[in-house]
Order: sequence, then structure tokens, then C-alpha cells
Amino acid sequence: MILWSSNRLSPSRTDMLLRRSLGLLTCLAASVVVFVIGFVLVESLPAFSEIELSRIISDDTWHPADPDNATFGLIPMLVGSFLVTFCALLWAAPLGISIAIANEFYPSRFMSPIVRRTTEIMAGIPSIVFGFWGLTTLVPLIANIQAPGQSLLAGSIVLGMMILPTIVLTTEQALHSLPNELAIAAAATGVGRFAFLWHVALPTCRGGILSGVVLGLARAIGETMAVLMVSGNIVQIPGSLFDPFRTITTNIALEMGYATQTHRTLLFLTAAILIAMVVPLMAVMQSLNTEQSHG
Amino acid sequence: MAKRPLSEKLDQLVGLLVRSSSALMVGMFLVVTAAILRNGLSGLSMEFLTTIPQDSGRGGGIGPLIVSTVLVLGICLLVSIPLGVGTAAWLSEFSGSRQVVTKSIQLSLDLLASIPSIVFGLFGMVVFCQKLNFGFSILSGGLTLACMVLPIIIRTVYFGLRAVPGDIRQAGTALGMSQTRILRSLIIPTAMPAIVVAILLGIGRAMAETAALIFTSGYVMRMPESVFDSGRVLSVHIYDLAMNVPGGETNAQRTAFVLLTSLLVINLCASQFSGRWLTGRRA
Amino acid sequence: MRKIIALKFSLFLLLLLELSGCGISDSAERIVPQRLILTGSSTVAPLAAEIAVRFEGQNPGVRIDVQSGGSSRGIADVRSGVADIGMASRPLADDEQDLFSDQIATDGICMIVHLDNPLISLSDEQVKSIYLNEVSNWKEFGWEDAEIVVAHKADGRATLDVFVKYFKLKNPDIKADVIVGDNQQGLKTVTGNRHAIAYVSIGTARYEVENGAPLKLLHSGKIAPTPSTVASGAFPMTRPLNLVTKEPPTGLAKQFIEFAMSAEVHDLVEQQSFVPIKN
Repeated sequence: MILWSSNRLSPSRTDMLLRRSLGLLTCLAASVVVFVIGFVLVESLPAFSEIELSRIISDDTWHPADPDNATFGLIPMLVGSFLVTFCALLWAAPLGISIAIANEFYPSRFMSPIVRRTTEIMAGIPSIVFGFWGLTTLVPLIANIQAPGQSLLAGSIVLGMMILPTIVLTTEQALHSLPNELAIAAAATGVGRFAFLWHVALPTCRGGILSGVVLGLARAIGETMAVLMVSGNIVQIPGSLFDPFRTITTNIALEMGYATQTHRTLLFLTAAILIAMVVPLMAVMQSLNTEQSHG
Repeated sequence: MAKRPLSEKLDQLVGLLVRSSSALMVGMFLVVTAAILRNGLSGLSMEFLTTIPQDSGRGGGIGPLIVSTVLVLGICLLVSIPLGVGTAAWLSEFSGSRQVVTKSIQLSLDLLASIPSIVFGLFGMVVFCQKLNFGFSILSGGLTLACMVLPIIIRTVYFGLRAVPGDIRQAGTALGMSQTRILRSLIIPTAMPAIVVAILLGIGRAMAETAALIFTSGYVMRMPESVFDSGRVLSVHIYDLAMNVPGGETNAQRTAFVLLTSLLVINLCASQFSGRWLTGRRA
Repeated sequence: MRKIIALKFSLFLLLLLELSGCGISDSAERIVPQRLILTGSSTVAPLAAEIAVRFEGQNPGVRIDVQSGGSSRGIADVRSGVADIGMASRPLADDEQDLFSDQIATDGICMIVHLDNPLISLSDEQVKSIYLNEVSNWKEFGWEDAEIVVAHKADGRATLDVFVKYFKLKNPDIKADVIVGDNQQGLKTVTGNRHAIAYVSIGTARYEVENGAPLKLLHSGKIAPTPSTVASGAFPMTRPLNLVTKEPPTGLAKQFIEFAMSAEVHDLVEQQSFVPIKN
């Protein structure tokens, strides 16, 4: 690669052509993201002039298409998104981390290969299948406890299952990257397995584990179809685990087909907010990963 | 020494705890898939795979939907593979010492990978369906998906190209081969498995997608005649049957079975390939 | 080796294709004019699909695609040009008067519950009290002690507009448990949940009942929800089913709309439990 830096003598014309065209393709690929984000931003700009923007916070309901009395409160849906993500992480993060620990520190010849394969396969299961399972199996079960069944609980169970493989795989990778010397030193000084895990491995891999959780968080916030199928889609701040709710992603999916004018602009604004939430998470993860890498 | 038994007990307890969480996950996986596999397999036949859906999908098969799915995937790969391979080749072979440029391109790709699929749906609907006037069509859906899978493909191919030993490049240069020739005859063939893995991963990601397709490739269940026709893909069919069609569960389960097994095969192939060729590097 | 060359070739070709994509689609549309796209109301969609099949049978080479998504979507798609004809199961609103609509049938809206529910009819006041959450338990209607699961339509749905206008409710006051989109989703919610109640198109609901769905259509006071009461105007909540175009319809669109309004399709309208327009 250094070999081929631009100071190479007399590159042939085909080489130049190849280099230029590949460069062009790269520019195109790199600009896709600019295009997507830029487009969403441009489409959401009119919102600033069409309505008093503070209304997305101050209005407490969402009826953007009502001709007489339109309201634009996004807060219930933002809260819905955060709550369902939080509840999903609440169980999926500890579970995922302990599965990774089991794979790395307490391997069993029988279980470990099965668990690995399961994780890989689960990571590839489409969200629609999780949603379908949630709708046909989970929701009726919850409805038996308390109607209507489509609820925060259902949403967080389904979402948690979807982000579990991400957390397992990332954590496992982080634990796996521990230098062997550490384990050898621990064994030599007679430190037990649990003590090593608790005092050495987990603190050292903090960054890697956290980045797994953040990755899960980002995926959960952006998930749409599975949540749409099990959440009931009522615009309200859920008062309990059994209340239906709506997230900002499902709101876009439900309404983007027919929204016009201010309503449509606001959906683009919602998408912009969604991007604005995911981008800092990415930045956090990048910094965690750099901090965590052992030279 | 007296503390030893206690720490051993603690160790065993933790072992039990973490192993049971593994078992819990496997259990959850079985619960989710078992219902679909069991119910989906019953009544699955060649006929189901080839005939047209009837009565909003409650009856009949999924023939046209499979065709639509394949067409959407085809368009997606036709655009994303050349673009992805080209970009990966530039990043790996021609970026030289331009660290800032490389870093910012990689950042833009990471960013693209993190954008939720529903945003792609919104983007695709307005840009491809409305602005470029493709309407709700297989073309719009495929192009939207291409934007979405691009980062995965670039990443996988890039790692594949970087895994090609530097000796090969030096040997080529020593023989007086042009860069074009080295890339075409030495590097790409050596990294071909990575490209195959990239294709498989791209298909896996694209086939699993629903949100980005509902408002781009549309709902029409008929056999598409061209890429400008609207075509319903398998995942959208499951969504529609499960949410909108009373009595649609049976066929939704069968469709989910078809989708799941094909994804399973694709993902297994991908992990076999990457395990064998990419010297253990997971894409 | 060939493959790689081909790969690189296709790479440039695709770049070209992408750059010229716009032009290609335009010409493609000009070459294939025998195509109509209908989007909109999930109430009209099944009827429109049936009419389309018959129309295609009589006019070989024509292809008509029907997609549902709600009346407002139909109107938005006609405005943006994504659809040739929009389907709307309500009259055009004040700010939609620039569009052109043709009525192809009449439909009613009724309340539905699960077949297990012993309820036969609900008065307007009772419906109102359920949707305002003043009554929240089936016990009060002499059934088992269970919470009423109230299904309500998503904003922008014609059925919602008609329902809210008829009962003189304010949409924000309604306390629902589930928000549904398509008619079908409302039916699905009720078939899947014994304690649910929803309001849907009479035509769609009757069609499902005939297909064995465990549903019951509630009388409005003493009036049964049937095509004949809708036709006579005795049933209170009714609405037109419209096909909407941006300009006065011409060409294939005109041909199709005229066909959909003609007596040739009255049997299809009746099959869907809607009421045909008789001149």
C-alpha cells in the first residue's frame, strides 16, 4: 500500500483511469450518507417556519392532521422510545454479558458450540419474525394477565431478544481480546477464576462491553417493525408495563404513507431527531473502542 | 487457605448462573423458532412456493412474492456490489497515505451503517419513488436497500482485500505488472471469497428488511412484469398477513418458515466461508 | 477472470444507469401507457381489485395495481403523482376540492365485537361512553368482568373521520387501547381479542363473517347493519366510496372509472356487501 502511494514512477494510463474511477466510486459511496442525512434535514427545515417549534415539546398530544385543532406533541413518543429501549436493555444487557462470560470463562464442551451457533442465527432472524412471534404468542399471553396485551412489556421483551445477540457477540469479542499474559499471570499467582474475572477481566474490558451495550441501544432505538406489531401504537406516556405506547420510529412507519404538508414535514423532523440520537451514540462507541483497544 | 472453599463455591455459583443464562437464551430461541418451524412446515409444498396468492394471501401460495424478493435483491446487489467492491478496492489499494480522507470515508460509512432502516424507507420513498419518479416499484425498493447494505459490503470486502498478503503485491510489481493488472489478476481473485461473503451478508441483511420496503417497493401481490412494477417481498407479506388479514396466520407462518430457512442457509454459508477463507476474521 | 472483468464493466454501466436513471423511467412510462396505479382506502381496495381483474379481462394488455394504505394516502399519492387514481372512503374535505371524485358505491360503518360477546346492539350514547372511557368494563353491559379493549383508527383514516363526525366526538378526547390502521387490522384485533370493540366498514366486516371470522356486527339501536338498510338510508353511519383523480379523468383512467361506475360491476359491489349506485 505504501508501495503504491502516488509517488510511484510513471503510472500507466490504465492505472490512472482505474485509480480515478475507483476514486469516483468511493466518493459516491461516501456521499450516500451525506445525501440521506442532508435530504432528511432539508425536508424537515420548513417545520421551523410552519409551526412554533416549541410545540413539539409543549403540546401533550399528537394530532398533526386535525384540520381545526392540530397538536404536535412528540414527547409521548420520545418517552415511549426511551422507555422501551431502557426496559429492553435492563434485562438483555446483564443476560448478554453473562452469556459472553459463560462462553469465555465457563465453557462447556456440550453447551458452548450450541450457544455460539444460536447467537449467530438469532442475529440473523428478521425483525418481522420477532414481531410476528410477539403478536401471535406473547401478546395473547400478556393479555391474559392484563388487557390489551400490546404493551410496554411486550415491546421490551421482543426488543431485548433482538439486541441480545449484538451484546453477546461484542462482549465476547472484548473478553476474547484480553492478553493471554494476564490470564497466565493470574494463574501463576493463584488467583481464582472468579476473582480474575471480577477484578481483572471485567474492569479491563469495560470499554468493549459498554460499546456492545451502546450498539444494542442504538439498534433498539432504531427498530421499527417488531415494535410496531406489539406496542398497540397509542400515543401516550405508558403508566405501567401493561400500557400500550408508540415510539418515534413506529410513528413514521404508521403515518408516512399519507402525511401531507406540516404533518409530513414533522415526520421528517422526527427522522432527523432519530438520526441526531443515533449519531452521538456512534461517537460514544467509537471512543469506547479506541480506549479499549490494547495496542 | 481457609478462604479457598468459599471462593470455589462462589466460582461454581457464578458458573451456574452464567450457564443458565446461556440456556435461557437457547430456550428463547427455541420458543420463537419452534412455533414457526412446526406450524410453517405443515402444508408447505412446492405448490405453495409456486402458485399465486389468493383471497388477500389467506389462500394460494407465494410464487410472485418470491420472484419480487429475488428481483429486489438482484437490483440491490447489482448496485451495491460494484459500488462496494470499487470503494473497498480504493480504500485498501489506492488511498495511500491520505489518512484524513480514509478516516472520514470510514466515518461516513460507519454513520451510514448506524442509520435506522425506517429513515432509509423515508428517504427511498421520497427520492426514488417521488423525486426520480420510479413510483412504488421493485427498482425503488432495490435501490433503497442498496444504500442500506453498502457499509456491510464495503467493510467485508475491505477486510478481505487487506488480508491479501503484501508479498503478492510486491511480486506483481517486481514482475512489472501494472496496478490494474495486479488488482485484476492477483488481488481480487485472492480476495474473491470475501466478496462472496459480502454478497451473502448483503442478501441476509436485505432479505430481513421490512421497514425500508413497505413504502418503496409496495404491497402489490401480483407477478411483477418489470422492475418498474410494485412487488411485495416475503417480509412485507408476513407483516401484512399478521397485521391486516384475519385468518392469515397460517400462511404467515409458512412464509416466515420460507424466509427463516433461506436466511439460515445464507448465514450459515457466510459464516462457513468467512471461517475458511478470511483466516478467522469475522466480517 | 472473466467474471472480474464483467464486474468492472457492470460497475461503469451501473454508474451510467444511475446517472440516467431518471430518463429511463420517464421513457419506460411512455412506452407502457396501459398501466394504472390505484392507492388509498383499505375499504375500497378489495372492491377496486375485483373490478380491476374484470377490467383487465376485458382489456388485454392493461395492468392495474391496487394498494391500500388509507384514504389520505390515496389523496396524497394522487397529488404527488405516485398514483393515477386515489381511493377514498369519504367525501372530499374542504381543502381537497381541487380534486375530482366519482362515487362507485356506498358503505356504512358499524361497531363490531367478538362472537363470544352476547351484546346485540349499542345505542349512540353507549358507543360514546365506551370511546370516552366513561364505561370501561363489559360487566356494565351484563357480560363477564373484563376490561373493554377499545380499538380506534389511526389519524388520516376515513373511517375515523366519519365515526368522529357522526358521534360529534373530538379525536383527542377518545381514550383507546389499540390504534389500528386498515379495516382488516381492526377486524383482526377483534377476532384475536374477545374483549375488544372496534368500528369498521360494514362491507368489509360482512365479508369476513361470511369467511368464518368469529365476529359480530352490532345493530345501531334497532337498525341492523345490512346493505339494504344502508341503501335505504335507515342505517345512520354511511359514506360514499370514491375514486379520486387530480385532473378530470382521461384515457385509461376515464375508461376504468366509467367501468367501475357502470352496472357491469354491480354484482361485484354487492359481493363485497357494499351498495351500488343506481341511476
